[in-house]
Amino acid sequence: MSAAAGGVRGEWPLWEVFVRGKRGLNHVHVGSLHAADAEMAVRNARDVYTRRNEGVSIWVVKASDVTASSPDEKDPLFAPAGDKVYRHPTFYDVPADVPHM
Amino acid sequence: MTQVEQERELQAQFDAVVARHDRIEPRDWMPEGYRKTLVRQIAQHAHSEIIGMQPEGNWITRAPSLRRKATLLAKVQDEAGHGLYLYSACETLGVSRAELTELLIEGKQKYSSIFNYPTLSYADVGTIGWLVDGAAIANQVPLCRTSYGPYGRAMIRICKEESFHQRQGFELLMTMMRGTDAQRAMVQESVDRFWWPALMMFGPPDDASPNTAQSMAWGIKRDTNDELRQKFVDMTVPQAERLGVTLPDPAIAWNAERGHYDFGEPDWEEFAAVVRGEGPCNAQRIAHRRRAHEEGAWVREAASAFAAQQAAAQQAQEVSA
Repeated sequence: MSAAAGGVRGEWPLWEVFVRGKRGLNHVHVGSLHAADAEMAVRNARDVYTRRNEGVSIWVVKASDVTASSPDEKDPLFAPAGDKVYRHPTFYDVPADVPHM
Repeated sequence: MTQVEQERELQAQFDAVVARHDRIEPRDWMPEGYRKTLVRQIAQHAHSEIIGMQPEGNWITRAPSLRRKATLLAKVQDEAGHGLYLYSACETLGVSRAELTELLIEGKQKYSSIFNYPTLSYADVGTIGWLVDGAAIANQVPLCRTSYGPYGRAMIRICKEESFHQRQGFELLMTMMRGTDAQRAMVQESVDRFWWPALMMFGPPDDASPNTAQSMAWGIKRDTNDELRQKFVDMTVPQAERLGVTLPDPAIAWNAERGHYDFGEPDWEEFAAVVRGEGPCNAQRIAHRRRAHEEGAWVREAASAFAAQQAAAQQAQEVSA
């Protein structure tokens, strides 16, 4: 029986930890840790990742629940964005003397 | 594309990322040697933090004041945290925590030789902060730019916290140096014992360090052992003067031509012996770690059992609802 399924012998599951540094900022991934359940993961994350006021809020997600794209930057998933320069403001010529633009 | 061609292209992509000082991330293709080297180095680093709790933890119950006790507790807790950041970085390379713990307590993976020396007086808490953490900082700052993303990110967190470690140590020693003759003698005696082992923390000299060239080509290491050792000596000699202690090396002298301090050669036979397991505390450190792991087994099992029970209860509730 796997630890993720609650096995007693196996390793505690791995959790990914996200911390909101302060109000107004996104939660950002800071690392991972092992814990038996979500509640313990939050408590451990507090001790491991926020010993010096690094955060005001913590999210934990079981690592096995994360679905990831391939990180390879040549990945076709990101290719459609590469040739669409017209999505950027710098694509458009506007005379320099037009105010507030 | 044949598999050989595919492999060649992946290798070329990897080389290009490393060449432009970009970072390799966990799901990227990487050469097997790169992965193995990283696992060995990060694990060794993590083990050092974990074993490193012992020499100083030894003094927590005998701290001379509440202030020193709170500081030492926070510091030892940081070492645990550093170990955990590094274990989690290491796990992104496909090894499990249980495996790493096993390799440590079976003596199949190493940790820094410095932690095999005993702490004989409270001055050692200061000396470790000043010299041992000072050497660690010299080693670790360049590792913030290492080519493997998770390792570099762990190092950034660690370096931020190490600076507290070094400063509290130096402050402790300065306080003792302003005290009685007996306290000053205690500081000097402690520095005499830790100076050479601290220099050995940078590893063997470059001509006896066969892995350095490959590690540098891969961007894992950014400086050679001897370069880092020199940097550490250059930073530390003026600090020792300010503190009023004598570093136990008559060869230390400013060399205007080189723009560096000259210094003597550490006893590399002693270093090799400690690495082989013949240091004063090797057996004790591992036995202690093993005992802590074994005595914690029931806690790990109970927490898992509780989590399983809670999950089952929740599931039952959802089914009946």
